[in-house]
This record gives sequence, structure tokens and C-alpha cells, in this order.
Amino acid sequence: MLTNEAVAQDIIGRFGESVSDFDDPFDLLTLTVSREQLIPLLQYLRDHKTFQIGFLTDLTGVHYPDSPGREFCVVYHLHSLINNYRIRLKVFVAEDDIHIPTATVIYESANWMERETFDFFGIIFDGHPKLERILNMDEMDYFPMRKQYPLEDGTREDKIDALFGR
Amino acid sequence: MVTEDLSIDAVGARNTPATPEGPIQYVNELTTLNLGPTHPATHGIFQNILQMDGEKIVSGEQTIGYIHRAFEKISERRPFYQIKTLTDRMNYCSSPINNFGWDMTVEKLLGVEVPKRAQYIRVIMMELARISDHLICNGILGVDTGAFTGFLYLFEQREEIYEIYEEVCGARLTTNMGRIGGMERDLSPEAIRKIRKFIKDFPPVMREFESLFNRNRIFMDRIVDVGGISAERALNYGFTGPNLRAAGVDYDVRVMNPYSSYEDFEFDIPVGKSGDTYDRFMVRNEEIWQSLRIVEQAIENLPEGPYFADAPEYYLPPKQEVYKNMEALIYHFKIVMGEIDAPVGEVYHAVEGGNGELGFYLISDGGRAPYRLHFRRPCFIYYQAFPEMCKGTTLSDAIVIMSSLNVIAGELDA
Repeated sequence: MLTNEAVAQDIIGRFGESVSDFDDPFDLLTLTVSREQLIPLLQYLRDHKTFQIGFLTDLTGVHYPDSPGREFCVVYHLHSLINNYRIRLKVFVAEDDIHIPTATVIYESANWMERETFDFFGIIFDGHPKLERILNMDEMDYFPMRKQYPLEDGTREDKIDALFGR
Repeated sequence: MVTEDLSIDAVGARNTPATPEGPIQYVNELTTLNLGPTHPATHGIFQNILQMDGEKIVSGEQTIGYIHRAFEKISERRPFYQIKTLTDRMNYCSSPINNFGWDMTVEKLLGVEVPKRAQYIRVIMMELARISDHLICNGILGVDTGAFTGFLYLFEQREEIYEIYEEVCGARLTTNMGRIGGMERDLSPEAIRKIRKFIKDFPPVMREFESLFNRNRIFMDRIVDVGGISAERALNYGFTGPNLRAAGVDYDVRVMNPYSSYEDFEFDIPVGKSGDTYDRFMVRNEEIWQSLRIVEQAIENLPEGPYFADAPEYYLPPKQEVYKNMEALIYHFKIVMGEIDAPVGEVYHAVEGGNGELGFYLISDGGRAPYRLHFRRPCFIYYQAFPEMCKGTTLSDAIVIMSSLNVIAGELDA
């Protein structure tokens, strides 16, 4: 049975400065990793003798327009089916340098999930075999999940943000 | 006579026309075939562009997104209880699983403990939903191989399940069942009668279906060793649910991370061996029996007690209370107008959907709607493997593989 503490200590011992912001909301170990160390960390977790965290459950993006230099976040949910242990990795990138290495080199399943993230957030996954829009139409020239695109018509006054909590 | 190398490996070389020798000229080119978007065998709207060499599939590529409805974007403007109506429309063959998955995600964020009775009712409805989901998949697999009988028999039973949904929540397909914090109403005696009747009436039909298909020579010839995938590749492709179990990995969220009291029930996880279409078919068949077992246990041991948790800010008060009780009126108004601020938090919750691990990744910044909500849709992830699985097979095999993967367009596109 893996504990969050043990896994966190092991990762810090191996990756030192590149990993930060350890947290465990709802008992799920969450940490931030630098862009450069992402692929080595994924590889390390998968090939580790006891962890064997080798299943990519989910990959998605989040937009934080109000934190300069860390506008975009890519979230990886990994799962060790052998230890039944989950972990969440986050990588933050800036809007003017919106690149991140692709995880398709390790996980085939990352292919479409990265395409989806690109489609909705415009995050560019370097080395992806086919980084094209997947759910939206190809002609679209913006990335709809970014926060600057409001869902409702901005000119309507009966649906102002204050009424809806935003 | 020139014998041609028809193996798939040689096809690449055959793309460039060779200089013809002798009087007979072969057309050495691949045919592009559009399978979909609206093709009866895709059972949903998505396109496969196949490169064919005669009857053999050389490569394939999928185009999806035809029914993309931007659920994740819409969710960012909706109060939590209104998001549930969106989840209905993902895997519409087993809506209650999606509904309760979302409810449980929010309950996890809020820290609400749902009473046992509500958990058991949820289990009953989720397992019935799983049965109906698998019935559709396996029934239609029969249709795709030319056997309409099984489909017809099973759909009569699926109708019975929908009658139960109707009794429990009033709707049939897009159920919107339950509430955050429990069920909207208790199981009525009529609902319990219908569930018991289903438990009694369903097994003979299922046995008949199995005797028609399981050892049927024609059926087996069509699906055995078709579209196999190894456990290693399946894991790499992010398979979950029956498709992964058919490849021999016993991963089931209900057992690994039990939710809604699944630990109280006794059931087995069927696993296959080769991950081919036949294994997928058999795993689903067996899961139907196991789900029935769970429903039986749950209805027999249905605990007494309340069917909703004490979560006044999320669970609508009874209507009679609203008319005479000030607090109830206030909460009713606040809930309906979506004026409840959720706690700050980040939560991932997964349930075992009809097709695999259905995950909800919710980030709340303390507002009334999620800051970000992402659905981990099993179909979307494993459908990537389709070109690899159908490479080198024939067109008729590709149809069968697609059918047995149970790709639901609503879940694929969200």
C-alpha cells in the first residue's frame, strides 16, 4: 500500500527542484512538475519497481488568465493498477510560450486527449504525431475553452455575471 | 504467371504502380472508403476513413466531433444541479450511471455522506443501467452479424428496464435521476414490484439469448479472433471497462475504489483472455448476470431509513415544507436560482460506467458553477485504438469490431 508521503519523498529525492506544490486534496497526491522534467517523471513513475504508475487515466487543460506566467495548466491523472494508487501531475505554461512535450511517446492514449486539449485551449504539444483539432471544426480560429470567451451573449443584461455567480 | 504478394506489408510497396509485365494490368491502388458519418453500422455519428486494398483494410482514420455539444464549456455557467442534465446525454444508453457519478462527485466535494438506503437505490439503478447498456451492445452485435432475433428479444427486456426508470424518476432515456444528496423520491411499491418482476422475468430471456449466440457456429466464425488486442496495448491505449477486462486485466472501479456501498455486495469480475470480439461479447454477457446478482442482493437487503442526506443547501426541501416553513422556502429559492456558493476544491471521482471508467474532474473556485469540469469519457479514449485493431482485417470485421467496442457517439464527443 503506497502512501502519499512515501511517494512524495521519493519523487523529491529524484527530481528535487523540478517538483513543487505538493498537496493531497481528497487524498489524491497532487504535485507540479516543470515542463522539462515532465516526460522523465512520467517515465520514472511507470518504470519504478514498486510504484508502477503506468496508466494514464486522464489528461486535460485548465486556463487561469489571472496568474501571469502560469496561464495554462495541463493536468495528468495517473493510476497504478497494481497498487491501486492515483496521482495527479500539473504542468504550468505561460501564454506566450505555450509549449509542452507530448506524452504520446509513453502513452498511446495521450494522443486524442492532447488533441482535445489543443483544440480547446491551444496548448501545443511538441512532438505530437498529429496535432489537429478533434472535436471542433478545422476552420475555427480561436480556442473556445479559454476564459475570455464567455458562453452567453455579453450584451444581454438579464443574464449578467453577478446573477450567475461569475 | 505473376503471383502477387497480397500481404499487408507489401501493400506499401504496391502503392506505386510497377511497370506492367504481360498483357494483364492490375490496378495497384488503394480505395478510400468512407464508413460513416451516417452509416447504419456505426450506431452513431462518427466517420472512419478507411484505406482498402480490395477487401482488406490497410489503414484507417477517424473523424469525430459531429455531435459535440460543448458540455464542459456550458458547465462553467451552470449551477451544479443543472449540470446533471448534461451528463444524461453522454452515454445515453446508461444515463443513471452518469447522473449518479456526477452527484457523487459533488457530494465528495461537499463532504456529504449519503444514507445507506439512497446508496442502495443508486446501486440498483446503476446496475439496471449497466444491464441495459450491455443488452444494447450485445444485441446490436448480433444484428451486425445478421441475427436480428436476439436484438428483438433483448429489447423487450430493455423496455422493462426503461419502465422501471419511468417509475423511479419519470423519464426513460435522459433520466436526470436522483439529486445531489440522495434520491428525489423513495422507491415506490410499484417500482419495487417492477424490479422484482424484472429479476424474475429476465433470466429466461437472457438464457435463451445466450443459447442462441454463445456457441453458435456462424456467430463464432464471425467474431472469434477478430479485433484482438493484448492487455499491454489495451492499457497503453487507456482501455477501461469490459473492453479492458476482455483483454485479461481485472480492473473494475467498483472493486478497486468502491463507491456507493459496492463493497457490500458479492459479485465477480469476468475477464477474457485474448481481447477479441468474442471475449468482449462474453464478458458483457457475464457482466449482465453479475449486475443482476447485485440488483437482487440490493433489493433484498434494501435498508430502511431516509433516502436523502441532510444537505439543505443542495437538496430541495419537500414541497409541503416550502409552503409553510420559512427556511425551506429560502433554501428552495436559493437552490432553484443557483445562488449557492460551492466550497473551494479540486476533486476527481470515477465510477464504472457502461464502457469503463467514467471520471469527473471538477475544480471549484468557490463560485456557483465549476471553474473547470472535465469528463473522462471512456469511449473517447479507447476509440483511438480502432485503426490498430482493424488493420489487416476485412470490412465486415471492422463493423463487428466497432460494434463490440460499444462506441456511443454522445460519450465520444461530449
